[in-house]
Amino acid sequence: MSQKFHPDNYKKAAKAYQPKPNLLFNCSKAFIIGGLISVLGQGLIDFYTNVFDFTEKEAGNPAITTLILLSAILTGLGVYDKLGQFAGAGSAVPVTGFANSITSAALEHKSEGLVLGVATNMFKLAGSVIVFGVVSAYVVGMIRYLIQQWM
Amino acid sequence: MRKMGNQTWLFENKIFVSETATVSGPREKEGPLGHTFDYSYDDLRCGETNWELAERKLLQHSIDLCLQKKKITKDQIDLFLSGDLLNQNVTANYVARTLPIPFLCMFGACSTSMETTAVASALVDAKFADYAIAATSSHNATAERQFRYPTEYGAQKPLTSTTTVTGAGTMLISRDQSDIRIESATIGKVMDYHMDDPFDMGSAMAPAAYDTIKTHFQDLGRTPQDYDLILTGDLSAVGSPILKDMLKEDGFNVDDIHNDSGLMIYNSEQPVFAGGSGCACSALVTYGHVFNELRKGNLKKVFIVATGALMSPVMVQQKETIPTIAHGVVFAREEMN
Repeated sequence: MSQKFHPDNYKKAAKAYQPKPNLLFNCSKAFIIGGLISVLGQGLIDFYTNVFDFTEKEAGNPAITTLILLSAILTGLGVYDKLGQFAGAGSAVPVTGFANSITSAALEHKSEGLVLGVATNMFKLAGSVIVFGVVSAYVVGMIRYLIQQWM
Repeated sequence: MRKMGNQTWLFENKIFVSETATVSGPREKEGPLGHTFDYSYDDLRCGETNWELAERKLLQHSIDLCLQKKKITKDQIDLFLSGDLLNQNVTANYVARTLPIPFLCMFGACSTSMETTAVASALVDAKFADYAIAATSSHNATAERQFRYPTEYGAQKPLTSTTTVTGAGTMLISRDQSDIRIESATIGKVMDYHMDDPFDMGSAMAPAAYDTIKTHFQDLGRTPQDYDLILTGDLSAVGSPILKDMLKEDGFNVDDIHNDSGLMIYNSEQPVFAGGSGCACSALVTYGHVFNELRKGNLKKVFIVATGALMSPVMVQQKETIPTIAHGVVFAREEMN
């Protein structure tokens, strides 16, 4: 065997055989789908402010809740994973992606029962987002507090 | 002589594939080999309430079909060898509890088809058993849950990833003459070429297939010209060209006779990334299509090399590289008198 496929060099040699992702195309897809989800969110905010007399600040919560509901329904219908394959980060980063991670894990573990299956596992993927969300909010809050004390 | 060279068993008695049965899921039915399976379910759940039950139904169904086709009863079988991809091999173990047959459970990841076939053949050859069944299964949704993400999770998979085949294959092995003789087997060593991406098992497993095929040629003094087909299990579109180039460097050109089960089971329009994988991938293609061709005489001698990636998600998270293995079995057409 030549040096090319030697175990120490193999990882490099194998790279030549692996199909390269089309970064520009993938980024465009993510941008468009992520943008469309955001446009939908804005549409919902406008809908809740105009039809239900929410203030713009208040309308955020029902708009997000509606997006979560839509995402959960699409996950249950088996559509969201296909959207995720197409859009990548475009459908993973918005709140709909977060809802999908919870719904899909809950569905997956339904067979093990409501408590030890669904309830225990539904935050399996989303848990890390919550942990780092809370920790970073705490750190940023502390920094802000300290700066305010000094100023 | 039974042991040849370092890793190869040459069976002394004539042992045969008495019967086979294949059962597939819906996506495999739509593939180019769909017509070669004995039965295909139109529903991924196979009429069951969860994925694990569905996989068990596939395995159970393929065993029942195999015995029915051969018109043999369960109590005539001396030994049952089986394995799958799930923790504690639950599919094989839970199906075995319904069978009145002594049972050996095996894990070789996607190499299980040829692992069980090689060991069952050796035991039939040595007359520890007259009739042995070797069976394996995999299910797309159980494998996703075991190794990847929840099935409905919207994560983007890279182009190097493979699609786990839903199906099960069973082979009945005995010394009763049939069209297909099991001639020899080469047991693989675990190889690790420092690959660590669980979404690229083709690259990780190519060195294992290379080592087993090269050793097989050396142990028996053979060349690729001795075979009509060398079929790997699930190296996919990424691992297959690597294997060919690795063998070429040692002077073995397999360009015309190599194929990969993972590249045969689906058609190019199906959204399966780099190809099929899973225990059932090599089992469905070999026990269905390849054996049909041997029976018809279109193929005379084939070397089936099932490849397996022996990782677990915990080991991957602990930054371990992926150990891989490949086991090969030679099947030859036997002219019936």
